[in-house]
Amino acid sequence: MLNLQALDLARIQFAFTVSFHIIFPAITIGLASFLAVLEGLWLKTNNAVYKDLYHFWAKIFAVNFGMGVVSGLVMAYEFGTNWSRFSDFAGSITGPLLTYEVLTAFFLEAGFLGVMLFGWNRVGRGLHFFSTVMVAIGTLISTFWILASNSWMQTPQGFSIVDGRVMPLDWFAIVFNPSFPFRLAHMAIAAFVATAFFVGSSAAWHLLRNNDTPAVRKMLSMAMWMALIVAPIQAIVGDAHGLNTLEYQPAKIAAIEGHWENVGDGATPLVLFGIPDMQAEKTRFAIEVPYLGSLILTHSLDKQIPALKSFPKEDRPNSTIIFFSFRIMAGLGMLMILTGLLGFALRRNGALYRNRLFLRLVLFMGPTGLIAMLAGWITTEVGRQPWVVYGLMRTADAASNHSVTQLSISLGLFVLIYFSVFAVGIGYMMKLVRKGPQPHHDHPPQGGPGQERTPRRPLSAVTETLASGDHTN
Amino acid sequence: MGIQGIDLSLIWGVIIAFGVMMYVIMDGFDLGLGILFPLIPDEQERDVMMNTVAPVWDGNETWLVLGGAALYGAFPLAYSVILEALYLPLIFMLAGLIFRGVAFEFRFKASPQKRHIWDMAFIGGSFLATFCQGVVIGTYIAGIPVVNRQFAGGNLDWLSPFPLFCGVGLVVAYALLGSTWLLVKTEGMLESRMRLFSRYLAFALMAVVTVLCVWTPWLHPEIALRWFAQAHIVVFGALMLLGVLALVGLLKTLRQHHSHWPFVFTLVLVFLGYIGLAFSIWPNIVPPSISLWDAASPPSSQLFILIGTLFILPIILMYTCWSYYVFRGKVRIGDGYH
Repeated sequence: MLNLQALDLARIQFAFTVSFHIIFPAITIGLASFLAVLEGLWLKTNNAVYKDLYHFWAKIFAVNFGMGVVSGLVMAYEFGTNWSRFSDFAGSITGPLLTYEVLTAFFLEAGFLGVMLFGWNRVGRGLHFFSTVMVAIGTLISTFWILASNSWMQTPQGFSIVDGRVMPLDWFAIVFNPSFPFRLAHMAIAAFVATAFFVGSSAAWHLLRNNDTPAVRKMLSMAMWMALIVAPIQAIVGDAHGLNTLEYQPAKIAAIEGHWENVGDGATPLVLFGIPDMQAEKTRFAIEVPYLGSLILTHSLDKQIPALKSFPKEDRPNSTIIFFSFRIMAGLGMLMILTGLLGFALRRNGALYRNRLFLRLVLFMGPTGLIAMLAGWITTEVGRQPWVVYGLMRTADAASNHSVTQLSISLGLFVLIYFSVFAVGIGYMMKLVRKGPQPHHDHPPQGGPGQERTPRRPLSAVTETLASGDHTN
Repeated sequence: MGIQGIDLSLIWGVIIAFGVMMYVIMDGFDLGLGILFPLIPDEQERDVMMNTVAPVWDGNETWLVLGGAALYGAFPLAYSVILEALYLPLIFMLAGLIFRGVAFEFRFKASPQKRHIWDMAFIGGSFLATFCQGVVIGTYIAGIPVVNRQFAGGNLDWLSPFPLFCGVGLVVAYALLGSTWLLVKTEGMLESRMRLFSRYLAFALMAVVTVLCVWTPWLHPEIALRWFAQAHIVVFGALMLLGVLALVGLLKTLRQHHSHWPFVFTLVLVFLGYIGLAFSIWPNIVPPSISLWDAASPPSSQLFILIGTLFILPIILMYTCWSYYVFRGKVRIGDGYH
């Protein structure tokens, strides 16, 4: 049987590879829709700023997409290599959902992506815009399938167990399982918000260096509108998602709140800060606000939420981790809302583009969308423990039977590769960002991308060299 | 097993076998380029080599992801057992593919001083990925013991002479695919050197296949039984005969300085080897004991993904043909990649 150490290594490896991977698709989802909006606005207003921004972000999109494809290759195999018991047990449901995700992604890459990245001078404006919109929709369909799979693992339904394995009964019920709509909305919006802050941060970087062009201003303005409108929507969706979790995975909520026991009939307080101790079964140094827990989670002043002690010890998720990961996510979310409000307030007299303190804030807020998203995923995934399929299969029973040595080799290798290879890729993206939007001419140089007989793959849309420290080429 | 008389498992077996074959053939020749890279030190010629596959290589790799995902959906037992059994070779293969994939892109964007680093990544990644794929095939043919739907072999079953030899064999096969591909796509010095390499590689492949034809039945009596059974010996003999004919054709057209035929004959050789493999294990999907139908997901799952696949697979195939058509013809030094 598997000892705990091997299981830990397998979980760390999956967490590491999937966390690295999700960054790229999230930016892909956000940028694809951003590009569709930019092109739509350009067609509507004929304002060249939108076109320049389109070409600027299309390059970053291309590099990012390439990174996502490469890191995604690993994911398609890891379910089998590391979680073979799970794959055998639930593969009749999670397998087809993953197949659809892959089919959608390839369908995208096979067709519209090529037109979008290389067809600017080859197809009509309408067809090009259509391709961009299709790519944007395609990324969301991919999200749809992979989140259907994850949500089914969180709130499984539409199946029966035959010979100790899952047997699909109703695909509609499987896909539209209880947590799916909330998770899909929460993730799609997270991708939009994370991208908005990435875009806004890029604009702030340029403005702080006095690269004050209409295109850069437009970037910041659009990003701050997104922050103002979408970040609060995310809070509302997150709240609804939380209520859904309370209904289907109450232990997860109890662990998030570091809430160990209910006293009498009293309302549940909210633990603002503390350090949940799984051994001692209490939250140390707790700072509590009375009634607030009940108010947030039950939208009432008297109802209680289930407490951790009401669940058997072996069924409790690790409160120490998700107490903090949840607070990081929610705290960053508040900061994002605040940034949006500040931006709105500064907008009136154009101070939005000049207030260096605010620009610095926006610059530092750049990665917060992605950090919040990762913290959210850690919360929901660690909060699902000890189950891999909630209530059906424990994570400890899901793993392949590998030795500690094997897992150490593979984990070490992945850490090495991801940090070396993807660091170069991310560095390259940042180089493109630093270059900033340039006026776009519709006549590309001879033999460059977009010409006959040149490659039409994501990264060949980008002509900048890798050399660092060179901002001019 | 079937839904309204349709054998979905059989359909899926054919689809996945087709996908894997597409992968072996198409990624085979572009991995082969990485294997041939050390023999061609000239940077400009290396550029040409890369340019011959630059437009298509990542499309070639999509078949690997599609194959993995489809195996998961249609035959979850095979997916879980095979991937668990071949853990380290598969992880190393993925590592190799990542390195060479990224090297592919960034080599063209690197400064001349740093280009050799990406060259190394490209060469190392190609060798590693190819060798590991050979090891995977070898271990797979040798059989993956399964008890109670779980892998019951050892962690290092793959680390034995037969799989390792298959690894070397696949390096030879992919190198030959690569060198004959370059006959189609290049000219001048590069082409004439590839003609010479192809000749050596053809002989090397002949040696590898001969060894495999003796070693495989000797090592695995159940395969011997299948090969030499009364009803099968005709098929097996026919495969052998066609293989010999293809090899003769390859050597002859190499001598006659044909540009396309050597590649075609190499493809035929690889295809025959693939058919031979399928013939040796049929109807098992995890030799020696798990058949297609044992490993199948329920009909509802197989039908569900079949709908999407039948819609999207033809589009991917059409796009593939189109991109090879667009980038047809010889690639010359200085032809624009960037």
